[in-house]
Amino acid sequence: MALEQIVITRKFGPGAEEEMILNMGPQHPSTHGVINFIVHADGEVMKKAVPEVGYLHRSIEKIGELVTFSGFMPYTDRVDYVAAMFANEGYAVAVEKLLGVAPPARAQYLRAISCELNRIASHLVAVGTMAMDIGAVTPFPYALREREYVNDLIEALCGARLTYNYHRIGGVAFDLPPDWAPNCHRFLDHFDRILDEWDRLISLNEIFVRRLAGLAVIPGPMAIDYGLVGPNLRASGVDYDLRKVHPYGAYPDFEFKVPVGKGFAGKNRGGQVGDCYDRFYCRVLEMRESVSIVRQALHKIPEGEWMAKVPRKVKPPGGEAQSRVESARGEMAYYVVSDGGEKAARVRVRTGSFMAMGIIEDLSPGLMIADLVALIASLDVVAPEIDR
Amino acid sequence: MREFLDEIIRDRLGQDPASWALTQGVYLVAMMAAGIALTTFGALFAGLTSWWERRIAARMQSRVGPNRVGPQGILQFLADALKLLVKEDLISSASDRWLFRAAPYFVVAGFALTFVVLPFGYHLSATRMNVGLFYVLSVTALVVVGILISGWASNSKWALFGGIRAAAQVVSYEIPAGLVILVPVLMAGSLNLHDIIRAQGGWPWDWYLFQTPMGYAGFFILFVALLAEGNRTPFDLPEAESELVSGYNTEYSGMRFAYFFLTEFGNLWVMSAVMTTCFLGGWQVPGVSAENLARWEALHQVPGWFYLVSAAVFCAKTLLLANVVIWIRWTFPRVRVDQMMSLCWKYLVPAAMALVVLAAVTELMSFELFGEAARVQAPLFSLRGLIHFAFFAAGGLVPAVLFFRKTFRNISFVGDRVRPLSNW
Repeated sequence: MALEQIVITRKFGPGAEEEMILNMGPQHPSTHGVINFIVHADGEVMKKAVPEVGYLHRSIEKIGELVTFSGFMPYTDRVDYVAAMFANEGYAVAVEKLLGVAPPARAQYLRAISCELNRIASHLVAVGTMAMDIGAVTPFPYALREREYVNDLIEALCGARLTYNYHRIGGVAFDLPPDWAPNCHRFLDHFDRILDEWDRLISLNEIFVRRLAGLAVIPGPMAIDYGLVGPNLRASGVDYDLRKVHPYGAYPDFEFKVPVGKGFAGKNRGGQVGDCYDRFYCRVLEMRESVSIVRQALHKIPEGEWMAKVPRKVKPPGGEAQSRVESARGEMAYYVVSDGGEKAARVRVRTGSFMAMGIIEDLSPGLMIADLVALIASLDVVAPEIDR
Repeated sequence: MREFLDEIIRDRLGQDPASWALTQGVYLVAMMAAGIALTTFGALFAGLTSWWERRIAARMQSRVGPNRVGPQGILQFLADALKLLVKEDLISSASDRWLFRAAPYFVVAGFALTFVVLPFGYHLSATRMNVGLFYVLSVTALVVVGILISGWASNSKWALFGGIRAAAQVVSYEIPAGLVILVPVLMAGSLNLHDIIRAQGGWPWDWYLFQTPMGYAGFFILFVALLAEGNRTPFDLPEAESELVSGYNTEYSGMRFAYFFLTEFGNLWVMSAVMTTCFLGGWQVPGVSAENLARWEALHQVPGWFYLVSAAVFCAKTLLLANVVIWIRWTFPRVRVDQMMSLCWKYLVPAAMALVVLAAVTELMSFELFGEAARVQAPLFSLRGLIHFAFFAAGGLVPAVLFFRKTFRNISFVGDRVRPLSNW
């Protein structure tokens, strides 16, 4: 018996050190999909929360070996259905590397535009559900309302609202429809004001800030150790954005800042670099940057083809290729091996959510059950991206 | 109840009830009718509020809300009640069957019993109990007993969490609520809800809210404490749907769930009515002074319209407060358990304690200085009246103007209705 337990037993009598095992999920309303947490709780305070993944495993990587290269593209949508563009792009880039094809400049721009719009949509879901998990229901429909506008834009672009299948091997499926750019500008102008309203609505709400300030702090080195990526990593103060560090596609042409966590909640409220509020507010700031990127892209977009010359039957020579894209949930990597056939020999997807799940067990001791919900929401995990 | 019946029979019908043969029978019938009317009022109010709250929430969230059943969806609550009535009353096999079944009745009883004393207008209440406020605090404590039982008897860990949270929360917040309610009690010198109202006046500057700083601060402490006691956001921890699935009522279905639901919405009325009574002048009609009323009463000539107008005034104030509670629910996030506890014990309880002491000292001093005259409402154009009016302007009008200015600024910035971009 550990010394701590002996002390507890002496103080409160035998049985006081007992803990309650709470099965949170997979049908819990705020686990963001079918995820299960085994929570060891002592009253409201957790001793640890062990995430259990695999409920949404759909063998997407195996399917990649069973269907043709271009036939796998719709499946990539299902890797991360909240931000499907990035999953499309990652796979397309990997196969392009295998084929040795470079997509035309216009396609690169269209990819950047669609991805950044999708990043806005995904972050809206992230911050909206986070507000809802903290108990504020009203911001969530606000976020979803704006997301509908993004969905309308993307629907006009590629015909789908959730699983886009827009990026193709060698470019994108469709050019910009007529009148699309002015409509997009209208949305962006409108969205700027909505972001200000969002800050007034929830980001600066005292209860909200105090709930999240100093909560589940992930220091920078710890975030790197656990392989966190994307906004989760940057909120910990690590300035690492693939679009800046290893620019790909059209990103070298754009000017944008990379929001990094710096204890946005403020010292007097106990805000620290890498707390839940930083992770929340980094996403809000990233939406602003995405707006500016889309604006720049719409101004600079070159004329020309949007699809490279790719053979109807994609049959890359044997070899392997890896691609990395900065998804809404962080760096997403595809690793594709070809043996010269019509189908890939191996497809591997590396996603941010899976890495984020790993850190929960080590962050959870001492948190309250309400904090666990906030922590899950702040890491912005999406169940299919964990399990694939 | 009997005084009220006697009063009606004497003043309205011009007869002496004592001379009737079956006086007690008349009383019995009248009281049963009143009981049925009051519980029906509670249920109707809860049902209509459930619809109204959903409409307000929908409006705040750019949604439509229930608008199909009846005009503007006003009959939605009947449809919901019907649906819940015909649903199977599931009792999980692992639960404590008897406690599980009994819990909703505790909750409903705690809610319905408050209507015994709650005023609706001048002389309009089931009883004018002389310990009315004390009684309200006592019977509302039954609600938490029911919640605790439901959390325990469900034999579900989520429900247990909800029940324990509710117990901790309500028991804690009863202390500042109970303390701060003493402020109007001290000012009025009575626990009777009607006496507290009669000690105030009709105009806003005659309300206890704007009479003394203690009343002003006390109102907000009572508001927060009653929000917590009624399990309303930002204190809806016992049923925090994102944390505890649904809290203490997770395992309930059918009509038993509807009882919890009914109590939650009905409590809106109870908490608003208590606040209206204690601080907002209750049913006092502006323009009808205390002397006026006393003269009518002495002559047994209280006009019939006064009953109706006072009831309308009371309901208007209560509904306004209820709407504020609804707005708060759909605006704020939820606090955490430890924050809820520290807010109560670190801030509200000491503040309430200080307010009670201050109010007692002030009352004592003013009584020493002015005698019984200190209890009488001062007319507007006197020193005391002008001080009260200045306090009303500073504490009521200025914040209200600032609030509306800020609101209109926010609306003008984004637009009340967001420009339709969809489906271009």
